[in-house]
Amino acid sequence: MGPTDARRRWMSVLAQASPAELEARWHDVEASPPHRVLRAPETGLVMVRARAGGTGMRFNVGEVTVTRCAVELEGGAVGVAYIRGRDRRHAELAALLDALLQDAARRDALERTVVAPLAAAQTARRRAAAERVAPSRVEFFTMVRGDD
Amino acid sequence: MRPGLADPTLDSQRVFRSVLEATSRPGRLVNLAAAIEPPPPLHPATAAVCLTLLDFDTPLWLDGEAARPEVVEWLRFHCGMPLTAEPAAAGFALIADSRTMPALGAFNDGTAEHPERSATVILQVGALIGGTGRRLTGPGIADHARLDVAGVPDGFWSWAADNHARFPRGVDVLLSAGRVIAALPRTTRVGD
Repeated sequence: MGPTDARRRWMSVLAQASPAELEARWHDVEASPPHRVLRAPETGLVMVRARAGGTGMRFNVGEVTVTRCAVELEGGAVGVAYIRGRDRRHAELAALLDALLQDAARRDALERTVVAPLAAAQTARRRAAAERVAPSRVEFFTMVRGDD
Repeated sequence: MRPGLADPTLDSQRVFRSVLEATSRPGRLVNLAAAIEPPPPLHPATAAVCLTLLDFDTPLWLDGEAARPEVVEWLRFHCGMPLTAEPAAAGFALIADSRTMPALGAFNDGTAEHPERSATVILQVGALIGGTGRRLTGPGIADHARLDVAGVPDGFWSWAADNHARFPRGVDVLLSAGRVIAALPRTTRVGD
């Protein structure tokens, strides 16, 4: 997994974490590192596009509210976050953590104390939802009509 | 990397209002109040105008002095505009070193049917001095205005005269120095 893939993964985990969980994990990290805000949290709309199947035409599903933020640490690392919704604090924390995670000296500890627990919580939520709806699944099959 | 405008919404509205004021009163010096610390060699006024006017719809051409990596990174981060290497393809041109600038005729001057599709040239100069220098007349100027521009090549004023002669085609020039801007739109006649 290249550095871009690794960063993509933790940015995804941070963006999809629940703000309360993220805030709780943030308290385990040492006090807020010195940084400056390059782009204060701001909310806007992003058009989500999709295809109906691999050969389908691209169409606009709809607009989704997105909040983004960018911060720069003293060492020059720039952290960026785009999150769904309008929670400005969530975007700010995700951007700060993205910047901190780029520091190789701190990455392992942060992966262990912040990213891994958040990822586990998300997986558990996804599994719980899948188990909840699984009993209502309908299996479709085609009856073959015999010749005569 | 440096931050952009302190308040992206209100500051860019204020700067836009100032650009409007400068463009409707050619030759008048307008102060930009926006607090901004741009990467060198950009002056605060130049940078504030860029952050206000550029976005993903406006291909930008940069001169050699402005095309420094820090400047390009900063503008791309805050404006998200595409870059073009071809002066004639640019919606906006940013010239940080006015002494080596190309002729104004190098930029897109629109078409007879669509003169508004022409380029706007943001020209950072050494200094802008009002009340002295070239005599400017035309729309937006009651009698005449005088404007002196430091650090432009010898041919600049004849380029500006040619630019006016092409009306309705031609480019609009925004001059900036320090925290001050002045406009030289294509409607302005340049005298001695």
